[in-house]
Amino acid sequence: MKNTLTVRRSVVKLLDKSLMLYIPLFLAMAFTLFPLYWVIVTAFKREGDIAKLPIQYLPSPATFENFRIAWNVSGFSKFFVNSLYVSGVTVVVVLITSILVGYAISRFNFAGKNLFMLMLLCTQFIPGAMLLIPLFETFRNLNLSNNLFALIIIYSTFQLPFNAILMSGFITNIPEQLEEAAMVDGCSRLKAIYLIIFPLLLPGIVATMVYTFIGAWNEFLFGLMLISKTSLFTLPVGLRSMQGTYDIQYGALAAGSVITVLPVIILFAYVQKFLVQGMSAGAVKG
Amino acid sequence: MSKYDSSAIRQLGAFKKMKSRINWTPYILIAPAILLITGFLFYPVANVFYYSLQKFNPAKAYENGYIGFENFKTIFTNDDLFLTSLMVTFKWVTSEVVLQLIFGLGIALMLNQAFRFRGVFRAAAIIPWAISGVVTSTVWGLLFNEQMGIINDLLMKVGMIDRKIAWLAELNTVFPSIVTAELWRGIPFFTIAILAALQTIPNDLYESAVVDGAGRWKSFVHITLPFLKNTIVFTTLLRAVWEFNNVDLIFVMTNGTGGPVDMTTTLPMYIVKQAIYAQDFGYGSALTVVGFFILLLFAVLYLKLSRFGKEL
Repeated sequence: MKNTLTVRRSVVKLLDKSLMLYIPLFLAMAFTLFPLYWVIVTAFKREGDIAKLPIQYLPSPATFENFRIAWNVSGFSKFFVNSLYVSGVTVVVVLITSILVGYAISRFNFAGKNLFMLMLLCTQFIPGAMLLIPLFETFRNLNLSNNLFALIIIYSTFQLPFNAILMSGFITNIPEQLEEAAMVDGCSRLKAIYLIIFPLLLPGIVATMVYTFIGAWNEFLFGLMLISKTSLFTLPVGLRSMQGTYDIQYGALAAGSVITVLPVIILFAYVQKFLVQGMSAGAVKG
Repeated sequence: MSKYDSSAIRQLGAFKKMKSRINWTPYILIAPAILLITGFLFYPVANVFYYSLQKFNPAKAYENGYIGFENFKTIFTNDDLFLTSLMVTFKWVTSEVVLQLIFGLGIALMLNQAFRFRGVFRAAAIIPWAISGVVTSTVWGLLFNEQMGIINDLLMKVGMIDRKIAWLAELNTVFPSIVTAELWRGIPFFTIAILAALQTIPNDLYESAVVDGAGRWKSFVHITLPFLKNTIVFTTLLRAVWEFNNVDLIFVMTNGTGGPVDMTTTLPMYIVKQAIYAQDFGYGSALTVVGFFILLLFAVLYLKLSRFGKEL
């Protein structure tokens, strides 16, 4: 009697868990992961096999040919270097400026501080598409159209406010007494910052670098508007340019997508744990 | 500063110092940021307002010049595409924000439960957040492809459709198709934010609710939702602004047309088309100004009506 009751209870519990967790979770995961699976599979198929029926769910035989075409023929080797250059420099600019801003906000009281912070917040509501025309004009007047430097400036400006706010949060969390103690022990302010703040700030630095890198790496609209020379295309613009033609090579297109997304996924795997924690740290404070 | 031993004296000292001379250090620290933001965000915004009063087309420079509110007059009296694009924008933003919120909330609630390999599932669930609009469009373009797309293949196999559908070319399928693709990339934003907020709800609240005989639904309505309110209001507002402006995905999935027959031309997509193809910078800027005020009005009303930051 007692046994059947416990069995029935555990069956009910399993049923409940299945309905409330396992089945919807499986569906959500399928929706999330299948598109990624599909683009990878397509990238490894021979071009002739992609449209063949019945549809192959695994590439047979698998080939690297699409990656070779994307990299050497479609120009992804160039696009990759361009994207890496733009995103890399943007990361450096944003990191330095946001540490400066973060330090100023969290360690000093100054007239206009609230106004400045309001200004940072306001920027988050400026539509990017709104700036398309005026920024195009600005950089044309600066003789910087078709110049990757223009993209660096734009991406740095767009990424700066959010990361500066983020960074000021991280610096505020480091007790000021630590710096003061170091200064009492004879450090200059700069040396105290270098020796005390930087090691403790490492999570914030990593977060800023990753957010900025992903943002710059993925940006499309300004890359499209400001760059018209194929040799200067960034990855998203290059990927898009492959799709405008009538004779699309789907294998190479899929391979190009994989190449574009790979660095972001690697970075993301590295920081994903921190992402949820970092957000919740912010939520507690907010 | 630490050479004073009592903090009261120290504060007095700092106060005196501040009165006597301004400390320039913080201003020097924020100077680069101010330069970038005013030069490449605020100045261009001001420029948009200026351009909106001009006839301004780089390809027809001989016609350029001040025309007052002519552009706005055209927008409100003689531009059907403007009205259509507003409708499309409204449809686009509402369907994206509502659906992303519902699915994001659901997934966050699941991922907040305790089960094996939860960390792996959490990581997997938020991957699309990091993926660009262009890659998303490319990937979903492959899935939706009429000839070789997997969606047609699967739906034919289970008998839900009997002919291959050109998802991105047919009038009644194009909008749901791009909404789905954007959902894929958009849901994780809500999952991350809500998951983070869920972790701040003290567990004993639920325990005492159970003691009081509250079921799962009651706990959700009376504990979870009130706790999530500010997060939800803030994230939906941010997302609404973001989706309003989001053109990458629409641009690439519709091959830069916002078609078929402008079915997917949102207001920003219309602006982008003006900027890139028509090169009508004056008219495009006027459209931008209108869009800016619509967005501003929406944000203010939304925060007012939702009583953001106030207790329930």
